[in-house]
Amino acid sequence: MNHPSVVTLTRRSAPRALFAGDRFVEVDLPPGTRVIYPKPPMAGLKDPDAAIRYALNHPVGADPLHAQLRPGMRVLIAMDDISLPLPQMKRPDVRERVLTVVLEQLADHGVDDFDIVIATSVHRKMTAAEVRWIVGDKIFDAYWPKRLYNHDAEEPDGMRLIGETELGEKVVLSRQAAEADLIIYVNLNLVPMDGGHKSVAVGLCGYESLKPHHNPKVMRKCHSYMDPKSSELNTVVERMGRVANKNLKVFTIETTINNRMFDRPLAFLARDEDSWSGTERAAFKAMKYALDRAPDGAREGIFKRVPSPFDLTGVNAGETEAVHARTLQRCFEQYVVPVEGQADILVCGIPYISPYNVNAFLNPLLVTVMAQGYLFNMYRGRPLVKKNGTLIITHPCTDRFDEAQHAPYVEFVHRLLPETRDAYQLHKRFEAEFAKNPAYLAMYRHGNAYHPVHAFFMWYWGEAGRQHIGRVIVVGADNQYIPKLLGYETARSMHEALEMAKDTAPPSPDITCLHLPPILMTEMAPLREEASVGGTP
Amino acid sequence: MAACYFDVDGTLVRTNLVHPTLFYLANQATPARTLGRLAGAVMRAPLLGLAELRDRRAFNEALFQLYGGMSEDRLLLLADEAYDKVLRGAVYPGAKDLVRRCRDEGHDVVIVSGALDFLMERLAKDLGASDVIANRLEFSDRVATGRILPPVVAGPTKAVLLREHARRNGHDLERCFAFSDSYSDVPMLSVVGHASAVNPDAALARLAKAHRWPILHLDRT
Repeated sequence: MNHPSVVTLTRRSAPRALFAGDRFVEVDLPPGTRVIYPKPPMAGLKDPDAAIRYALNHPVGADPLHAQLRPGMRVLIAMDDISLPLPQMKRPDVRERVLTVVLEQLADHGVDDFDIVIATSVHRKMTAAEVRWIVGDKIFDAYWPKRLYNHDAEEPDGMRLIGETELGEKVVLSRQAAEADLIIYVNLNLVPMDGGHKSVAVGLCGYESLKPHHNPKVMRKCHSYMDPKSSELNTVVERMGRVANKNLKVFTIETTINNRMFDRPLAFLARDEDSWSGTERAAFKAMKYALDRAPDGAREGIFKRVPSPFDLTGVNAGETEAVHARTLQRCFEQYVVPVEGQADILVCGIPYISPYNVNAFLNPLLVTVMAQGYLFNMYRGRPLVKKNGTLIITHPCTDRFDEAQHAPYVEFVHRLLPETRDAYQLHKRFEAEFAKNPAYLAMYRHGNAYHPVHAFFMWYWGEAGRQHIGRVIVVGADNQYIPKLLGYETARSMHEALEMAKDTAPPSPDITCLHLPPILMTEMAPLREEASVGGTP
Repeated sequence: MAACYFDVDGTLVRTNLVHPTLFYLANQATPARTLGRLAGAVMRAPLLGLAELRDRRAFNEALFQLYGGMSEDRLLLLADEAYDKVLRGAVYPGAKDLVRRCRDEGHDVVIVSGALDFLMERLAKDLGASDVIANRLEFSDRVATGRILPPVVAGPTKAVLLREHARRNGHDLERCFAFSDSYSDVPMLSVVGHASAVNPDAALARLAKAHRWPILHLDRT
């Protein structure tokens, strides 16, 4: 029997409403198609501030925070950047709540030598307005920019070797982290691949320490980024994180939120279209009409102006691994939908937002990240689509990039991809050249651009999906050449895409639609022989 | 082997050609001479404005006429002070970092500027640049004539000089970088493989967006 979040379409089913960038498309999927929806949002904690205080005073595997504080010590508070959550949450952000309590405890115990760093790794630096949104006016006005600032992975003399793993992986972190008597990490765990050792060992590192895991070889070995036990990326990060924690004193605070991405008037978007009321159907039609006719800037503006009413569902503090085990449990509880049987054809709408384009346009490289990276990886056990199956996505694939955030992506897409799509070739031939590009590095350090190697990481991000999926067909692309550069086929309609997909599918193929956002994960038990040999699903 | 070619005014420093010129005009041997020079400059201001509207080369030539009659000794004697007072503090902090990065990567750093060579040499020394392509005043009996020795470093000529420099030093232009703030430097930006607009004026910003050149804002850090 299907989980309540899994719906099988009939002849009388309404069209499905899928994201296609910052627009919606309505698609008719054949009867028998399985549509998987997110679970309803879990209930939020009734008193988040009390829960945060309780967690700090009753940590797991560590002394309470207050017991670790002494006057004269040097503390570094690190926190997750704007890539989490998606979209931005309504104020107060969870990080503001946690920081407020942490700063109170520091003041109570005479600790005044502290900095607050946004652990951006090689992500773009956040703007002052974005930081203000996350930490709140009071903290921002008190500490920005001297004691509250973005991590800078390219600061001259700004990084320190902390140690090496048994496999020779160098753990190089920021000078501030190396010199701190205590690092307090404030995490917001949106999906299971966040948090844990990734917070310090990745958030505060630079290119040198990203190389051991952000590469095609490791990415190909990930049998779901979202299932840490099956992710080679997570294995390497954990190995490096343990070295960091052995040499540094880290107090981890992790928070989880529910999946209430849409505020009440739009909450129906997360539900089965056949359950929509007449009012909800009319609201959707009106919204679609407006979005279809709004100019580009206005459409993006509409989405940017609507922060999400996420609720805090859990907060844990203490030793990194013990805390993260609890966090993962909470994450899976919210996201995991059990399903049976892999699909021959998987249909996904690609939304307007990803972790790497907050306040910017979802450019073609990020379409790949979403399709073969994130959406493909939203599983535990076996992937939702069969090996060599077909993925159909809805997105315009517009040849447009944000010049402030994604300048290196332009060169990656338009100069490198025409030469090769082979991740190993790109890695070997071009990554080092980009990593040293002085113009891109200046944009990273002095502007709000992603580090130049980030474009490569984005391509590698899709590597596991690229190896597994046979074909990707785009519905609704506004050009032919971008899909071609990405290795995708194009179709004018969902009907045409399904007919194309059937060419390489078995008779009467299993068609599944992953209906997100909000975020969901599928869970499918591995076949007995796969489980016994631990092979690729 | 590659080189990074930098325009200066507006790109690496917030000042322009007028600022050091005013310094020299205001630091003549006697107060009377200073007043006379400054008055002369004010009289020529409309001409300079028209020249700037025409093209950058015409502006440079008109501006450097103001140096006519100054002795080479005095120009060089005051060069350190002119650099310290006008240019040194005007270098964008982000510009220093960018130049350092270019050096660290083993690139030749070359200053390509319409400003005067003796000031650009001091800037080059300060930033660690390896070469300077700049304008040179013509002297007669060690007194400036007010003319610039050809080639006048401006506009399309910068591109020609950049090509020559690259050829002479064995640089592959496809691997070279160029940085400028001004639309007048589009020829120079166009001959390298990696062009960047730095603190660009409106026209260059539009072109950079069209060509998808990186746009850097070193003036905001």
